[in-house]
Amino acid sequence: MAVLSAGTPAPDFTLRVTPDQDLSLKELLGRPVVLAFYPADWSPVCGDQMALYNEVLPEFQRFGAEIAGISVDGAWCHAAYVKHNHIHFPLLSDFEPKGEVAKRYGAYRAKEGVCERALFVINEEGIIHWSYCSPIAVNPGAEGILEALEELTGSKKGNQNERLKSAS
Amino acid sequence: MNGLRVPVSSNDHILGSDDAPVTMVEYGDYECPHCGAAHPVVKALMERFNEDLRYVYRHFPLTQIHPHAEAAAETAEFAALYQRFWQMHDLLFENQDRLSMSFLFSAAETLDLPIRRLQEVLRSGETSRKVRADFMGGVRSGVNGTPTFFINNRRHNGGYSFGELSEAIESQGRISRAA
Repeated sequence: MAVLSAGTPAPDFTLRVTPDQDLSLKELLGRPVVLAFYPADWSPVCGDQMALYNEVLPEFQRFGAEIAGISVDGAWCHAAYVKHNHIHFPLLSDFEPKGEVAKRYGAYRAKEGVCERALFVINEEGIIHWSYCSPIAVNPGAEGILEALEELTGSKKGNQNERLKSAS
Repeated sequence: MNGLRVPVSSNDHILGSDDAPVTMVEYGDYECPHCGAAHPVVKALMERFNEDLRYVYRHFPLTQIHPHAEAAAETAEFAALYQRFWQMHDLLFENQDRLSMSFLFSAAETLDLPIRRLQEVLRSGETSRKVRADFMGGVRSGVNGTPTFFINNRRHNGGYSFGELSEAIESQGRISRAA
């Protein structure tokens, strides 16, 4: 399953963000949105992707961007994980029906029942500007996201070819 | 995405000769246990390759999971103002499980550094800019965790054992003599 590519409208969704709150994509739009699908909370700490994004958060904010992580972990699991690692951005639970949102983004691994390690940068109108699917064991870092945000905020009406090129 | 974006310069902390055929840049965090484990490996590599290897250390503190990492990195930069970077660097890694403020001050004392000045520097964030610049340079070079090594500007994707790093260094093929 290939992840949705640049130029595709980002499917809207509403997911649990805490045990008693929901968050929708459309609530985040109006500014660039970074969606980081990842396999699971509690992967090894020092190389952890979410811990890295937590550190890079001020840079994402410099672009006025919102970032959200998405995995199939439940809201209580996310709550414990957020608390333990002092995560300062929302982690969404694609928990019930399991992996439904990930499937719509082409970012679900049916065999293992977890999300791919897939990144999406969505423009303020809700169109995917850049996407990338990393090998599952490889933390893709933040460089691709920052480049996409630079492109997006530097030339909002940048031509489509360049967008597509950057997605490959 | 796998190349070192920020070239080694006089802003860096460098061990070994500028003429060395191989340069190894590490992005590290003083409170990261993996970096702590890599520390003696780096020392052994410096001994093994001697003047064929130049080593550069840059900061990549994951401050939210390592609450003392930022202050430790800033303290190392403070020591650098007095040409004591590497001594502080060693003290920090050798004591990485107890990097409290009081430890940082006693380390500064051990190295004859002015404690009051360290207090001011940590409060004002005077050396935090260098730490953040290292960090962001690392992010732009694709550093995704610690330790990350670059060998002659290319990211080393293997492990940080002596064997794996030696092999990567030797594979540069310009090592003049193996001890």
